[in-house]
Amino acid sequence: MNATFQSTFHPVSAPDFLPAPQLRQLQMARLSRILQHAYDRVPLFRERLQQRDLTPSSIRHLEDISRLPFTQKSDLRDTYPFGLFAMDIHDVVRLHASSGTTGKPIVVAYSREDIQVWSNAMERCFAAYGMNANDIIQNAYGYGLFTGGLGAHYGGESLGATVIPISGGNTERQLMVMKDFGVTAICCTPSYFVHLCERIQDLNVDLASLPLRTGVFGAEPWSDAMRDRIQEMTGIRAYDIYGLSEIVGPGVACECAQQSGLHVLEDYFYPEIIDPDTEEPLPDGTEGELVLTTLSKFAMPMIRYRTRDITAIIPEPCACGRSLRRIRRISRRSDDMFIIRGVNVYPSQIETAMLRVEGTTPHYQIVLTRQHSLDQIAVQIEVTPQIFSDTVKAIEASRRRIQQEIENLTGIRVTVELVRPGAVPRSEGKAQRIVDKRNV
Amino acid sequence: MKLQQLSLFLENRPGQLSEACRILAENDINMLTLTLADTQQFGVLRVIVSDVQRARQTLEEAGIMVQIAEVIAVEVPNEPGGLARVLDPLEAHDLDIEYMYAFASRHKGRAVLVFRFRDTDAAVQVLKQLQLTVLREHQLTDLV
Repeated sequence: MNATFQSTFHPVSAPDFLPAPQLRQLQMARLSRILQHAYDRVPLFRERLQQRDLTPSSIRHLEDISRLPFTQKSDLRDTYPFGLFAMDIHDVVRLHASSGTTGKPIVVAYSREDIQVWSNAMERCFAAYGMNANDIIQNAYGYGLFTGGLGAHYGGESLGATVIPISGGNTERQLMVMKDFGVTAICCTPSYFVHLCERIQDLNVDLASLPLRTGVFGAEPWSDAMRDRIQEMTGIRAYDIYGLSEIVGPGVACECAQQSGLHVLEDYFYPEIIDPDTEEPLPDGTEGELVLTTLSKFAMPMIRYRTRDITAIIPEPCACGRSLRRIRRISRRSDDMFIIRGVNVYPSQIETAMLRVEGTTPHYQIVLTRQHSLDQIAVQIEVTPQIFSDTVKAIEASRRRIQQEIENLTGIRVTVELVRPGAVPRSEGKAQRIVDKRNV
Repeated sequence: MKLQQLSLFLENRPGQLSEACRILAENDINMLTLTLADTQQFGVLRVIVSDVQRARQTLEEAGIMVQIAEVIAVEVPNEPGGLARVLDPLEAHDLDIEYMYAFASRHKGRAVLVFRFRDTDAAVQVLKQLQLTVLREHQLTDLV
């Protein structure tokens, strides 16, 4: 047991340090159980296995998992709302939802035990960041259908910490609470935290004089450079957290004191890396698409779920002593979905919105920027004869209706900018719909 | 009686207005009068030109979004109350004005009001009843 191990050890972290053979054994036992459960309860999964002449007992070793069919986001959409549930709705204690491509959300379900697993996963993430029961957590992730708020909330309570369920927004109140309640840890998107820091400087408050020491940042891509900036600017330790609603929400993987990759909570979520084109498994150390299997989630098990997130499993053991394998910080995705302020957005949603208002889909481009540390989304739309009128109020009305429809479909506020025909660059082949100027 | 006015969509950034003007100049098209409506996001240039069809074609070829709108030009004395005396009866007849603009004529003591009505035909009838001087295109050219 080395010094780092001792300094970060919290009783709840014990599973993080299971010797590898024991961890694999546990994973295999849990995999067998969840496969049988999904096979018995989810018609789509059973049919797919039968088509391949497989049964749950065909999977005898962890490596055999690559024989199983993938689950895709489209499967959730096609079976909307409850088609992939593996438990009766009466045994489901919680539903969450995230935005889908067509305005219909993706719905996810939790049993009472699933909530406990999730809470435990989040609690272990907090413990890995060095947090404990003495922490006062300002939870500025959004509460509601989004998994971020309640995920962090339950994890914080499991840890025995004091959780302030302030949710997102209202910067003035956030700063007041941070100052007056003696907050020691904050959960929010990294860009929102930078925004808070800038505002607190305007108020002539020195962050270093406050007890805040830990930041739990996720729900949008950020970089090591941004972490360095946050840590230098504020003196806190800024940690990355990874998760997605389809698997559980936040708490799938977390950094440790080393800040060198994210440990996947492998005893709950089994990671694989595949080549997104050939769909073949790739060895540790090779970059590809992250595929996750929930080993302990029974209301809605996900078997080989394709996350579309691009990363690699880090083959070397971590200096912290955890046996949980690490993935590299996720910086990009293999599809055209983008994440802004924690919300998944697809270009096709913008098209649907325009179609609803004007009955046509003009050329458009989505421009992501970061202003005053907050992500901004502008949709540039080439003006069409349908939109154009010689009265300003008629054009404004169309522009606002498109803006409103996009907000209805995605849940985020955008600025629609009308540009002249031909102003959006044309490209050969697949249109470049997104211009990301955020420089994360 | 009805005049054809060009309405151009302009992005709200430098060079947009000058580009449209340059295209018209290069094609020897004169602007009789114009007005610019703008928002934070975009602008609409409304202009009456010497050759509306040719202007439209050249602007569209340059990729500019153009529409033709029917407007009515009325000549009034350039004196206090000149506009009010026209507006009062229009209001009495419930004629909605989408927008209007005005300019002083080169003939001393006269001014021209350009109206875009919601219902142009109804407006023409009322203006005739009121015995106001509704201008034809060649008359407008003469007044500019």
